[in-house]
Amino acid sequence: MRGRENRFLLLMVAPAIVVGAAFFLLPLARLAVVGATGKLGIAAYTAVVTNPQYFQALASTIVLSVTVTVATLVIAGIAGVFLERNHFLGREALISMLTLPLAFPGVVVGFMVIMLAGRTGLIGEITSTFGAGRLVFAYSIAGLFTGYIYFSIPRVILTIMAAAEKLDPALEEAARSLGANPWRVIVDVILPALKPALIASGAICFATSMGAFGTAFTLATDIKVLPIVIYTEFTLLANIALAAALSMVLGIITWATLALSRVAAGATAAAAG
Amino acid sequence: MNGKAGTAIRLVDCAKTFPNGTRALDKTSLEMRGGETIVFLGPSGCGKTTLLRVIAGLESPDEGGRVYFDDEDVTSQPIEHRNVGMVFQSYALFPNMNVGDNIAYGLKVHGVAPDKRARRVDEMLRMMQISELRERRITELSGGQRQRVALARAIAVQPRVLLLDEPLTALDALLRERLRIEIDVLLHSLGITAAYVTHDQGEAMAIGDRIAVMNKGAIVQTGSPREIYYKPASSFVADFIGTMNRVTGTLRGGALELPGGRIDWADQQGSGEMQVLFRPNDARIVEEAGAPLRGVVEQQFFLGDRTRLHVTGVADRTVVVETTEHREFRVGQSIGLRIEPGALLRLRD
Ligand SMILES: Nc1ncnc2c1ncn2[C@@H]1O[C@H](COP(=O)(O)OP(=O)(O)OP(=O)(O)O)[C@@H](O)[C@H]1O
Ligand SMILES: [Mg+2]
Repeated sequence: MRGRENRFLLLMVAPAIVVGAAFFLLPLARLAVVGATGKLGIAAYTAVVTNPQYFQALASTIVLSVTVTVATLVIAGIAGVFLERNHFLGREALISMLTLPLAFPGVVVGFMVIMLAGRTGLIGEITSTFGAGRLVFAYSIAGLFTGYIYFSIPRVILTIMAAAEKLDPALEEAARSLGANPWRVIVDVILPALKPALIASGAICFATSMGAFGTAFTLATDIKVLPIVIYTEFTLLANIALAAALSMVLGIITWATLALSRVAAGATAAAAG
Repeated sequence: MNGKAGTAIRLVDCAKTFPNGTRALDKTSLEMRGGETIVFLGPSGCGKTTLLRVIAGLESPDEGGRVYFDDEDVTSQPIEHRNVGMVFQSYALFPNMNVGDNIAYGLKVHGVAPDKRARRVDEMLRMMQISELRERRITELSGGQRQRVALARAIAVQPRVLLLDEPLTALDALLRERLRIEIDVLLHSLGITAAYVTHDQGEAMAIGDRIAVMNKGAIVQTGSPREIYYKPASSFVADFIGTMNRVTGTLRGGALELPGGRIDWADQQGSGEMQVLFRPNDARIVEEAGAPLRGVVEQQFFLGDRTRLHVTGVADRTVVVETTEHREFRVGQSIGLRIEPGALLRLRD
């Protein structure tokens, strides 16, 4: 009985395994091999650390992604809990507006950042009419930051709202009855309860930022993020081995972050019962 | 933490209307003596929880309402400054802390030193007989254990008043009965003022020094459990607490005449048709020959400690009679009944 059920299940997942192997595992293995068979050999992998240009790209991508993740968690965390708790006129409209960027490709987001803070952007117009000079930041790290935040917030806000909905108001009331002020209630009750959602959506946010290409490509910023470097190596310099090695590194970092977050979220979820 | 047991609580003209227009509480004035346990009893949706939350400071009363703790006007004080202990039906224990940390939480927030905190937690654990659970996660506790932890957490800070909202409703009957007794003993040994919300009349009787019966947002009667049971002020109270027989008879010549006989009732004024009420245990089963009232057993229910009979023929409708006699009755059997006139109740409404 048991065995037959298992065999049935195996049969059901078989197509997924085949597709996964054909379109994911095989190219991945090939990528790993290609990365080590260029003119640098296996050293292509270490080049990420030893070559200042690549290392710079890797470091700034990580710094940018971490900053974006933290900022997004703060902004979307507060907004998500607020939106879940307060029912006011125009709430639905605000939520759909905040989650609109979910539907936008990175290129469009980049374009919007240019409209906002580019050389002919809205912010520049405003600052120059007030005689403060033309403020342009679309092509710097601030522009990237703005764009990344813009497409990160929707995912996090939706996850936080779902988690905030499940918060037990009695817990907060219990804490307050024991003398906790609103700040302590946030630290001792709300944050621990939101922790799994924060970790999970934070990890997704980080991974998305690490791999984001469209926005950075459109903005053509002076600092190079890793996906742009990979693109350049591959299409312009035909340095396929190095592009593959960099891709592997990017993939491993992202994958490890997601895996770690799953472990951490699992642990806190178990602790929270 | 002013650990003064027995704060008197006074509500003056406290009403509560929610933003959506629901009037959960009519203008209510109420005095709770220091150290007294008062039970708010009433059907679902009658405003018990709302009243408790007004006392706690989780809801503010409508314009004009005032809440006093002793002589202090606390109406505009938020709950975190009122020093009240709360126990919820859902326990509301912090899932990210173990049992000991839950109990210590209020002390920590109040800035009690760690060693003093630990001693107090020990004391609480011992008092609730759960010392072995100190390091346990909340998810590893049974419902009864959780409620003990919740109680310990609430009283660890020596609150001025303890507010319990249906603390036992989520537990099974046996445990409910045991904890009900423990809570009663605990509240009185602490001498703390307590407000206890329940819709279970048995619980209200067992725990309350006084019971406030509520209906549709208003307190309709306050009194000791005995007063509420035997001298209900309205038919709502009479029907809500226990079973009440309601029969129509004719008062004539110093006796109430019923279809199944008569009850001597010399001191009752007036005459003519009237409605009277009596409790099932106030009708005694007597020898059929010479019995003042006679009827026929329609149904019997053996409840363990007593037997409940539905008897026809006594009055204009079936009456419920309870007896602690061990013998078994037969359906269709004729029995004699006696009801003392002192047990009869007339209501104005
Ligand atoms: N936050 C709220 N907003 C609007 N209406 C509310 C709110 N809280 C309670 N009510 C309404 O007020 C009335 C009284 O509610 P309350 O919770 O005090 O009843 P209760 O006696 O505790 O009932 P139960 O025994 O079911 O817990 C109900 O009609 C309820 O629907
Ligand atoms: Mg209630």
